Amino acid sequence: MMMQKLRRSGELIRYGSKSLINLRPNKDSLSRSVSGFVNHYETKGKHFESNVGNYNTELHHGCLGRNLGMLQQYKCFGSSSASKIQRNPLFSSLDSKDVSYFKEILGDRNVVEDEERLETANTDWMQKYKGSSKLMLLPKNTEEVSQILQYCDSRRLAVVPQGGNTGLVGGSVPVFDEVIINVGLMNKVLAFDEVSGVLVCEAGCILENLATFLDTKGFIMPLDLGAKGSCHIGGNVSTNAGGLRLIRYGSLHGTVLGLEAVTANGNVLDMLGTLRKDNTGYDLKHLFIGSEGSLGIVTKVSILTQPKLSSVNLAFIACKDYLSCQKLLVEAKRNLGEILSAYEFLDNNSMDLVLNHLDGVRNPVSSTENFYILIETTGSDETNDREKLEAFLLKSLEKGLVSDGVIAQDINQASSFWRIREGITEALQKAGAVYKYDLSLPVEEIYNIVNDLRGRLGDLANVMGYGHLGDGNLHLNISAAEYNDKLLGLIEPYVYEWTSKHRGSISAEHGLGVMKANEIFYSKTPETVAIMASIKKLLDPKGILNPYKVLPHSLFSH
Amino acid sequence: MKILVAVKRVVDYAVKIRVKPDKTGVDTQNVKMSMNPFCEIALEEALRIKEAGFAKEVVAVSIGPSQCVDTLRTGLAMGADRGIHVETSSSFLPLTIAKILKSIAEVENPELIFLGKQAIDDDCNQTGQMVAALLGWPQATFASKVVLDKEKHVATVDREVDGGLETLCVDLPAVITTDLRLNQPRYASLPNIMKAKSKPIKKMTVQDLKVDIKSDIEILEVTEPPKRKSGVMVSSVDELIEKLRNEAHVV
Ligand SMILES: Cc1cc2nc3c(=O)[nH]c(=O)nc-3n(C[C@H](O)[C@H](O)[C@H](O)COP(=O)(O)OP(=O)(O)OC[C@H]3O[C@@H](n4cnc5c(N)ncnc54)[C@H](O)[C@@H]3O)c2cc1C
Repeated sequence: MMMQKLRRSGELIRYGSKSLINLRPNKDSLSRSVSGFVNHYETKGKHFESNVGNYNTELHHGCLGRNLGMLQQYKCFGSSSASKIQRNPLFSSLDSKDVSYFKEILGDRNVVEDEERLETANTDWMQKYKGSSKLMLLPKNTEEVSQILQYCDSRRLAVVPQGGNTGLVGGSVPVFDEVIINVGLMNKVLAFDEVSGVLVCEAGCILENLATFLDTKGFIMPLDLGAKGSCHIGGNVSTNAGGLRLIRYGSLHGTVLGLEAVTANGNVLDMLGTLRKDNTGYDLKHLFIGSEGSLGIVTKVSILTQPKLSSVNLAFIACKDYLSCQKLLVEAKRNLGEILSAYEFLDNNSMDLVLNHLDGVRNPVSSTENFYILIETTGSDETNDREKLEAFLLKSLEKGLVSDGVIAQDINQASSFWRIREGITEALQKAGAVYKYDLSLPVEEIYNIVNDLRGRLGDLANVMGYGHLGDGNLHLNISAAEYNDKLLGLIEPYVYEWTSKHRGSISAEHGLGVMKANEIFYSKTPETVAIMASIKKLLDPKGILNPYKVLPHSLFSH
Repeated sequence: MKILVAVKRVVDYAVKIRVKPDKTGVDTQNVKMSMNPFCEIALEEALRIKEAGFAKEVVAVSIGPSQCVDTLRTGLAMGADRGIHVETSSSFLPLTIAKILKSIAEVENPELIFLGKQAIDDDCNQTGQMVAALLGWPQATFASKVVLDKEKHVATVDREVDGGLETLCVDLPAVITTDLRLNQPRYASLPNIMKAKSKPIKKMTVQDLKVDIKSDIEILEVTEPPKRKSGVMVSSVDELIEKLRNEAHVV
């Protein structure tokens, strides 16, 4: 009994409750002009005519308010100048004939018109973005997906592919009345090869279920993230999700070996290879990894999984300054190389926030420091790995890189250390208004932006930095009592410009979705975006797949 | 005053237990092992008593295979002064463990022996009681609060019993077993892990201690609990009541 009680009490540690409303405002305009870039560009003397000529080349400033057709405010939090996107008038509106047709191919049960279920499907995880779709379709196989898309394309009905709906940039919910296509019923494991570790499954498999399945075979998924209980592998692929194991197993561009995807016109692209090496022509599957449902619906995935190793160790370390965190990372890579499986950091402001807002959390180290680091190792020899980690940390302690630290002695302790790092998002929601940025920066620059922003904002807000330091990924969060335009004006476009100046990315792992579609130029050149637009046009000429997302709205104005 | 703390190496409580296919026991191959959580609490309490100036030395004892040294190192890194490892490859039942602890107690002469109230692997909840009986010492089990009076040489212990707390006063030397709410164990810090490296762990064998290890219990079979049947949806309150009455026989 008690053993059960105790085991259970440990379980609540890993997952926080769903966050409440995240009220991040939107910056509706982008100051950089990109006019005219789409039509022509020259490369090495060759002249290409782009086939996106009918896309409007000027950035669309929603708030200038063209009063044409349906104008809907899709985000209204935190800023009085909330961005408005116009519904593309070329899209048809759903009618009863459409619904009958869908019922014919999918059966009544899998055509959802129920208001409650639609309410959930229309609202994103943060409850920040909300659409008004009247229909959700639940296909059971690739054929059905293909039929749906073929029909929608011919009818010009816009659609939004949805997985577990845990995305953080508003990409998984409709902006207006797009038909929601959720592949959640496509949740079968199709094959698993215990020699190569290659798993082939349908796109609607929930990440955690795949992990549980693999566990019985002695394997693990190459990615792990806080949303694993809900997110789909198809959603992970479509967002190119990063997460906690990226430092060890690399990004999905490396671990996904093949895909099956359906393009807007219902074409099924079978790229479902299981080979690690295959240099035959353009590797098109990569287009679907991270394109956030804008090029096609992913229906099957083949992915390289890893043997489950028995020895996992976790240390929670305190460092007095950022330079030490950075040096420690270099040393950790050098000394723990083959067993290093996570290197996460948080600053003391983040720690304070967690301690103040989450129950049952304590600072594992006795002294307060400016920075904390989680170092996880995964290997095959408990005794060796542990000695290695201990020796490394003790040496770092002697060198002064580390000022204090603890090593988890059991899984419960490890969970409570992870709880601090993974609980920050939840604590931020509880603390009030929060402005969130997910940036990739050179490691040595990462904390400069936090300091600069702190100087800039003074007493107006609490600026926090944490994230996947080992991957150069900073989660920059600004917490304030309430949303206000003055504060926002100080943050944006400052943060984007700062990031751009240092050749960083304004979206390290969350994607652009609807939140940052217009900000893409901070991280990509006009020439690059133009090619993206051409590809979009090629695969989805009528633009029905996840409209208003990923690429700037201006490119698709009418 | 010296305190002896028994620490057991068990399958980590966050690990899903698997029974061996041949039903001879639980699978421990490639499974994460950790200190029994109740033992951690026992050790923490001993350390706090020492830090409060009531004890001079805390000695951790572990009985089992060679890897028990890791468990002892954890204990030393938490703050125990030294360790005793009684090495054996067989797994003993509580009475044998109690006999071993008794003979260690006779050598070490502690005034307090702390144990977890039970180990989360076998859930026996017997060892502490048996040690007390073998030594003829008073016992206070399921402790949720321990207060020492050095002058009067007694320990006042709150026990968690069904429906409330019971407060006992025991003369020292005594055996105390610890419950979940007694304290929150500390983490092993880097400086303490470093210090632990130079703390001694004494190896002993069952033969050294002249303990009779013959057990009069034989384990016939270990099986998994029956799988829970999945529930059914009832369509009405009446149907629910009918099922509760005629199928479940609870109303
Ligand atoms: C608590 C929490 C922690 C998180 N941690 C991380 C993290 O550590 N690292 C990280 O990278 N992200 C993280 N995320 C965000 C992450 O992007 C998503 O959790 C996940 O990858 C999205 O999967 P999903 O199935 O929920 O997709 P959804 O949210 O449903 O969709 C995301 C996008 O993919 C598209 N899409 C979904 N399924 C398909 C499909 N089958 N075909 C085509 N397009 C599709 C959608 O249109 C949308 O644009 C976290 C989110 C939460 C809530």
